[in-house]
Amino acid sequence: MVDQEADIEPAAASAEPLRKHPLSVVVAGLAGLQNALFPMAAAYFSMREKWWALFAALGIGLVIAVVIGGFAYLAWRRFTYIVGATDIRVESGIVSRTARSVPYERIQDVSLEQSLLPRLLGLVQVKFETGAGGDEEITLRYLSEDQGETLRDLVRERKDGAVIAIGEAASANEAAKEEPADVIFAMGHKRLITFGLFEFSLAVFAVLAGLFQYAETFVSINLWDAEFWRDNFADPGSAVASWGPAVQIIAGAMGLITLFIVGSLTGLVRTVLRDWGFVLERTAKGFRRRRGLLTKTDVVMPLHRVQAIKTKTGFIRRRFGWHALSFVSLAQDSGSASHDVAPFATMEEIAPIARVAGFAVDPQAETRWYRGSREFRVDAAIVDFCVLLMIAAGAAVGLTLSGLASPLFALIAVAIGALLAFRQMFLWRFDFNALGPDYVFIKRGWLAPKLDVASRIKLQSLEIVQGPIARKRGYATLYFGLAGGTLELEGLPIARAQELRQAILGSIAGTDFSELVG
Amino acid sequence: MQLTMDDTDDSLTALHPNHVKVTRISAILFVLPFVIGSIILEVAELLPFGIFVVPTVLLAAFIVIRVPLRRYQARGYDLGNDRLRVVRGILFRHDSVVPFGRVQHIDVDQGPLQRAYGIATLTVHTAGTHNSSVHLPGLGNDDALAMRETIRAHIKRETT
Repeated sequence: MVDQEADIEPAAASAEPLRKHPLSVVVAGLAGLQNALFPMAAAYFSMREKWWALFAALGIGLVIAVVIGGFAYLAWRRFTYIVGATDIRVESGIVSRTARSVPYERIQDVSLEQSLLPRLLGLVQVKFETGAGGDEEITLRYLSEDQGETLRDLVRERKDGAVIAIGEAASANEAAKEEPADVIFAMGHKRLITFGLFEFSLAVFAVLAGLFQYAETFVSINLWDAEFWRDNFADPGSAVASWGPAVQIIAGAMGLITLFIVGSLTGLVRTVLRDWGFVLERTAKGFRRRRGLLTKTDVVMPLHRVQAIKTKTGFIRRRFGWHALSFVSLAQDSGSASHDVAPFATMEEIAPIARVAGFAVDPQAETRWYRGSREFRVDAAIVDFCVLLMIAAGAAVGLTLSGLASPLFALIAVAIGALLAFRQMFLWRFDFNALGPDYVFIKRGWLAPKLDVASRIKLQSLEIVQGPIARKRGYATLYFGLAGGTLELEGLPIARAQELRQAILGSIAGTDFSELVG
Repeated sequence: MQLTMDDTDDSLTALHPNHVKVTRISAILFVLPFVIGSIILEVAELLPFGIFVVPTVLLAAFIVIRVPLRRYQARGYDLGNDRLRVVRGILFRHDSVVPFGRVQHIDVDQGPLQRAYGIATLTVHTAGTHNSSVHLPGLGNDDALAMRETIRAHIKRETT
């Protein structure tokens, strides 16, 4: 295919179809080998009686490896990309061919990502984010590091060119590119370790439980079998019961301490791996974030793409003044962690970052905070209670019929229901919304409050939804159409919902979408 | 330039009457297998006459006759100067407003049934995650095309 645009501007464009780095076949093949492990294990264990079981398993592995490797090679052969004068074109597909063209103006972010294996081989994944999301994005998996960097600079230059070419000189964007970026947020080692300790995580136990389940067939420990626990812990004469009360208490305490240490360490390791060398810079094009120890990521978030900001905290870290800031961006990729801009910062550090993005973290002094509907508060509490009441009724019937235990145990569910209802009544006091001249503010939560700030004119649509109870009792849920995220206000008095919608629609109507994305 | 829009249901425009017919035919196609199934069970004479067929037919009649009419009555739209409002739902009322300036693209779809009755579905797409596409079925085909042109003209004017 001849790139006609490129003919007009031959100096700038390489109209040659290019291939990805040959080593990407190796990475794809190795990644595919993971799929071969399970069939190999299955084959081995199903035939372990026979002397040739191991060879059969290896043979199956080999066949799968060859097939996967072959496909990886074919896919690599048949994947070409062209960096044209106005767009990037990708042709792919082994049997059926797909050709996709993305104009530079539509590319919002170019992100580079390196996971462990590609990093060892000096490869990088280049992703062009267009706002389409998910599989619709063009991903070049993988190029060499140099190629990746060059391509990103090239795309940024082209993209700038498309915008600036109208008036300013081309040299202006050369200067802009070389301009040193301001670091607006960074996390040193000390901050990272503090952060990691707060990221207490028991994920490792979930993994262990999964492994145990996997191993159940090979080892005689059966985690989900009550007999196992009863035999070892509860029965008189079992190992634990024979220890005596003092030892039991000490053992329990040791268990909890171990749990705490393991949880903290897991959190620390995960955080250090993810956020090592966290740097957020303000560049000419927007925010640039780099982080990661083994998997390095380098993401650019253009300023005008930020649709809303979200802050959150945890109930312990809040005591020490730590909060997290993330953006809701139009070019949202699937991962939720991808737009964390300050995962562990004080409010004093967060406010300037939000200001750079064009957001405020506090409404102006004269803006009033509103609560939700009182009717909603009561109804939600009643609904919470009723659900648990029904569970209790079911449990009581079940226990009576089976005779396993006293039906009075169902009262536990009733108690939980009462607790949930009380919680709902109580938490209502901490839910607020406010409408400033430019922003919508939504605050939620008691011990770990969350704050969402959305720009009024960057909202896409508004929907008021009322269920049957809500209609009788005069409240509604207001859904904001937010690009790249979700935002809603539950249990608003209907008048307030309509007032908010009317006001926000008024500010939306003044600007067209194209003025927002620029 | 923008007009305020009142939030009451009085300002809503009703859909094309043929929409009821089309939804009824779809409903018939939906309940038909169940009705046939119940008749087969009756023929097999497993239980006294009417245990299967009577409730099934009553329910089917309700789904075919009553529900489409109620849903039609609950639906409505309002094409304002700079925004489209779409209301739907019997039990759960959904009341969406999409400003023209936020419409990404517009579809007008006609299935075979809809074409036979001269109606169409207008769909406006927005960049928002919630309400990424707002469907408005049961418009007269010409109305749908005219609405598309209105919205498109508005987008063009704002953009240039």
